[in-house]
Amino acid sequence: MTRLIVVRLFFGALTLWAVSLVVFAATQALPGDAAQLILGRDATPERLAALRDQLNLHEPVAVQYMQWLQGVVQGDLGTSFSNRMPVGEYLASPIRSSLTLMGLAALVATPLALFIGAFSALRRDRGFDHGASMGTLVLASIPEFVVGILLILLLGPGGLGLFPSVYAREGGPEQWTLPVLTLALAVAPPIIRMMRATMIEVLESEYVQQARLKGLSERTVLWRHAAPNAIGPVAQVVALQLAWLAGGVVAIEFLFNFPGVGKVLMDAIENRDVPLIQAVVLLIAGIYILVNLLADAIGLAANPKVRVANR
Amino acid sequence: MSGASTNTSPKTPVRRRPGLLRTAWRFGRTKVGVALTGLIVLIAVVGPFVAPYTPTEFVTKPFEADADGALFGGDNRGRDVFTRFLWGGWTLLLLAGASAGIGVAAGTVVGIIAGYRRGWVDDVLMRVNDVLLAFPQLIAALLVMSIIGPKVWLIVAVIAVSHMPRVARVIREATRKVIEQDYVKAAEAIGLPRWKIMAVEILPNVTSPLLVELGLRLTYSIGVVAVLGFLGMGLQPPTADWGLMINENRQGIAVQPWAVALPVAAIAVLTVGANLITDGLSRAAIGIDRGVEK
Repeated sequence: MTRLIVVRLFFGALTLWAVSLVVFAATQALPGDAAQLILGRDATPERLAALRDQLNLHEPVAVQYMQWLQGVVQGDLGTSFSNRMPVGEYLASPIRSSLTLMGLAALVATPLALFIGAFSALRRDRGFDHGASMGTLVLASIPEFVVGILLILLLGPGGLGLFPSVYAREGGPEQWTLPVLTLALAVAPPIIRMMRATMIEVLESEYVQQARLKGLSERTVLWRHAAPNAIGPVAQVVALQLAWLAGGVVAIEFLFNFPGVGKVLMDAIENRDVPLIQAVVLLIAGIYILVNLLADAIGLAANPKVRVANR
Repeated sequence: MSGASTNTSPKTPVRRRPGLLRTAWRFGRTKVGVALTGLIVLIAVVGPFVAPYTPTEFVTKPFEADADGALFGGDNRGRDVFTRFLWGGWTLLLLAGASAGIGVAAGTVVGIIAGYRRGWVDDVLMRVNDVLLAFPQLIAALLVMSIIGPKVWLIVAVIAVSHMPRVARVIREATRKVIEQDYVKAAEAIGLPRWKIMAVEILPNVTSPLLVELGLRLTYSIGVVAVLGFLGMGLQPPTADWGLMINENRQGIAVQPWAVALPVAAIAVLTVGANLITDGLSRAAIGIDRGVEK
């Protein structure tokens, strides 16, 4: 198993490198060079030339890439064009906000989804199960920003007026409600479905039957015998959903004007702030790859065939 | 849908199992899905012909909720919300349909080649796939749009490319099951060229997962096109487009909710409908596959 994980790790690193190549290449496709972008259209030729020297733009592209990559590896992501701050420093606070938002969403969604999924499995083909199945299908199909707007229409100032629809710095904790709720609703459906499917499979297995025949209480059967065997595949889906959050958070932060990395990305795109775009895209892709690796590892660890094979 | 399924009806004396589309049609959810999707497609296609105004005509004051002659009020510039709603659907459908179609076609070609040729071809194609999969769909689209600028063909291309590896994975799996069958070996034995085996023997036998993927990718495409419009990275003003409408009018959501609610409802109904059809198709496909195995 360790070998398999090492192989995946290697491919993960390779993928991350390929992503960095794509991100760097994409910025080379920009009309005009970085110096032009920083100084604007009406820059004097002398100043342009000076800045080009300073940014090493006369070097071959490959050398520029190596210099950039070296900086990235050492944690130096360059200086933002629009606010002249080091990108790493500028991103610290948005990263914290985004992680808190995603963490809260995961914390709300995961236990609830596991419970609903398990309960659906127990009440298979009855009212609750059908309702949950329809609900997850509907929620899974609608794009998450549409879910967010529906929530705003329903609970925001125009509807019941329970929660503010836009994040403001001086606002209280209630402004977290709608963003967290939207993300939780977007993340939950696949977890519910997986939990239901796995639980049904487990509940039909012979060892659960055996446990029931021994006369164990339903609760012991459920929590000691059934649930632990459902963890593997479900944990994998949970990890995949967390990976999805890394990208999905962008539209939600834009919608609620939430000051996280997604909002930074949209602002950077607006200002054509290339170092910031590069940094955020690399960051999101990095998290995405890392969590996907984690999901892979969990899947391998939870599969007894793989776990035992190399013993 | 019913027209297509008659193709699989038994015309020959040999009794055939009902085809995928016909089996899927038996599920109630497929019918509901077709009805919902059909409703939105109808609005999008017929809408421009019955709209009371032109989409760029100024009819009311900005965000005026109840103006004379404007059923759902005016938008952020004072254009008729109902007119722009009726005009704004076909672009979304066209872009989503094109990107899903191209992505699924490309993914099918890659998947069948990788599954049939195996060896190093398979390895190379799948590794490239893994790299493409490493980008979250939306982030990849945003990166390209922000650098090159939001252009229509680019939207279609980026979404299609992001679909390709996901489709290729599924079709590769299906292909590897098909190539074990005797008719593929027979075709190889009589010396059919490889491209012909892939096109004539394998492709018709992976249509079940292909149709399911097409439905799934169409649902996702609608979502991505809509979210790009919403982020201002899709179609540009003054186009009437549902995603863009949501972006333009969200500031006035408290005073003039219709300008946001109409496109949001349409996108929600459309995606739910498309996903219901996909669900029906995949249920039918599972049933049919089981029938083959037994």
